[in-house]
Amino acid sequence: MTTNRRSFLKTGAAFGAALAAPSLIPGRAGAAGEIEVGVLFSQTGGLSIVEKSLADATLMAIEEINAAGGVNGMTIKPVVEDGASDPKTFNEKASKLVLRDRVPSVFACYTSASRKAVLPVFERRNNMLFYPTYYEGFECSKNVVYTGAVPNQQLSNFIPWMINTLGKKKIFIVGSNYIYPREMAKVSKILIEQNGGEWVADEYLELGHSEWGAMVSKIKASGCDAVLSNVVGDSVIAFYREFRNQGISQEDIPICATVTSEIEIAAMGAEYAAGSYTSFPYFQAIDSEENRSFIERYRAYTGNPNAVTHHAMESSYFQVYLWKQAVEAAGEASPDAIRETIGGQTFDAPNGKVMVDPENLHTYLTPRIAQWGEDGQGTIIEAYDEPVEPLPYVAYGETPENLFCTTDGLDSAKL
Amino acid sequence: MTETLFIGLSLSSILLLIALGLSITYGAMGVINMAHGELVMIGAYTAVLSGIYLNLNFFLALPLAFAVSALVGMALERLVIRRLYGRIIDTLLATWGVAIVLQQLIRLEFGLSFFGIHVEGLGPGLQSMDVPSFLTQPFEIGGVPIQPYRSFIIVVTLLLTLLTWFLMYRTSMGTQVRAIMRNPQIAAACGIDVRRVSAFTFAYGSGLAGVAGVLLAGFKTVMPDMGASTVVDGFLVVVVGGVGSLLGTVLASGLLGQINGVFAILFNDILARAVVFGVVIAIILWRPRGLFSFRSR
Repeated sequence: MTTNRRSFLKTGAAFGAALAAPSLIPGRAGAAGEIEVGVLFSQTGGLSIVEKSLADATLMAIEEINAAGGVNGMTIKPVVEDGASDPKTFNEKASKLVLRDRVPSVFACYTSASRKAVLPVFERRNNMLFYPTYYEGFECSKNVVYTGAVPNQQLSNFIPWMINTLGKKKIFIVGSNYIYPREMAKVSKILIEQNGGEWVADEYLELGHSEWGAMVSKIKASGCDAVLSNVVGDSVIAFYREFRNQGISQEDIPICATVTSEIEIAAMGAEYAAGSYTSFPYFQAIDSEENRSFIERYRAYTGNPNAVTHHAMESSYFQVYLWKQAVEAAGEASPDAIRETIGGQTFDAPNGKVMVDPENLHTYLTPRIAQWGEDGQGTIIEAYDEPVEPLPYVAYGETPENLFCTTDGLDSAKL
Repeated sequence: MTETLFIGLSLSSILLLIALGLSITYGAMGVINMAHGELVMIGAYTAVLSGIYLNLNFFLALPLAFAVSALVGMALERLVIRRLYGRIIDTLLATWGVAIVLQQLIRLEFGLSFFGIHVEGLGPGLQSMDVPSFLTQPFEIGGVPIQPYRSFIIVVTLLLTLLTWFLMYRTSMGTQVRAIMRNPQIAAACGIDVRRVSAFTFAYGSGLAGVAGVLLAGFKTVMPDMGASTVVDGFLVVVVGGVGSLLGTVLASGLLGQINGVFAILFNDILARAVVFGVVIAIILWRPRGLFSFRSR
């Protein structure tokens, strides 16, 4: 039945193409025994630094799966496209993958801006997007599998830990001025108040801002005990450097960050971050056999003996395996079948066990807190015992008992 | 209060550092050099690379970056700008193109990345430069905390400004440059080798950009497009100060830096930026030729 429908589609497309202009030549999805998937990250432009590593991790997982016999006896063939750090280009390339290459799933996007740009393509054409980045939540789509952390998975242990274990009650929230830091701040404020702390300020700077003199002296003057940083990108480096240059020690006012990963630490020089904290489900420093082997394989794959692994990149890797299991469970690789079977899939990822939530297609992940050392590596000082349920609407009052996003879609009455 | 003033002073010195080279190339030669930011970037990368491969420390990177940026600037003058003197809009477009080429050269590791060769310190990623630790440890003088790195930038900027003043107003080369600024044809008629002097002037302005790059690398991010945002600030200062006026450039950077600092502390950086632009617009409306300018040309 499947083969019938697929071949019908193919003939139909070929027929249509023959009638229409030659530029409409249908996808290369030809050869038998192959499943094509889309891989869409920025290979060029400002975001390519991070996104290249996501693409590499995806391609590495595909290569590993193919080497181990593929999916249902078929090899996976990645169709790699370049989003060029530009949401519009992401949209065009996603359309190309879905319409022309007819791939059943696309592994794509790093920023929320690019995800929002491609989302209509996947929803209108009923295709599947696998999105590996930690993001702000507030999204409920039947066409996206989210394998990065949502705010409750980064903050639910972080803030109580800051207040109760570190004993830092007055918190200065600072972030880059766009949706992710603002939503993170919203969730943070709820958690800070619940835990008997107090937030003294909630400040933002433009994305890419690199002059932190005024902000850091404000932090110094505010009388806060700790800084919760949702600063992203290259601003992070200028921020940590200024922090130390103004003589604030991480002992007195630690920076507790939600975005600062191994990449930024390496770029700023490890001594500037030493003593600060970050909350992520994955760190390169996770001490497990799976992770050590993962880092080794990734370094061999990229040919760079110093390559860094980080959270979104690890999610890029394991989500291919989750996809593979869903295709195997379904017996076919169509978006509808994958959506049916992806929920509830579990996998032993480098960060430990992960599971796709059948309700909202987000992923159960294990929150961890690391303290950065002089060597640029984190030491994991606190971790949940088990994966935590993803709650994309936690800023609006979502709880495990009262889900806003279920298989029926978003219950907007609860917002 | 002293701290606010210090931040303002520090912002001013960074503005001046970038604008100093620009005021020479733009002011003296009528070239809108959009690649000025990229010369800053080249200075920063010179510091990063000399740290990795030559094990040079930060202080030795300063003259090296001056030399590298000056050479790149001289090549740029020889190959492109020389053919475009007097065509101000054309120089804008041409140097903008050069800026993109320079950025891509760094990002693509001079094309080596096409062959799978990775050069440490180049590429699209973020780079870091080591700063000697005594420049990052703050100390107090009379109860006022002093940031050594920002103070160091202020001192270097001051020295470079004095040097530039000396070269422009106390040497025969400087006299020739000023003559060319006023009227290149008459200067040529008086026997000044306009081409040679212009080439050296451009190289000197470019070298200053390189030094600015090293100093910026110490507390900002080093990456291929770091120059793009700095060049805008530089032009603001030059336009407000008055084209070709060293004193105007110094005062304009002082004014804009302090406004930025005070508003950033009192309100926030985003508002401060808006206020700075507002002030710039007002000054240009009030004095279209800038605060200090001479009538000529």
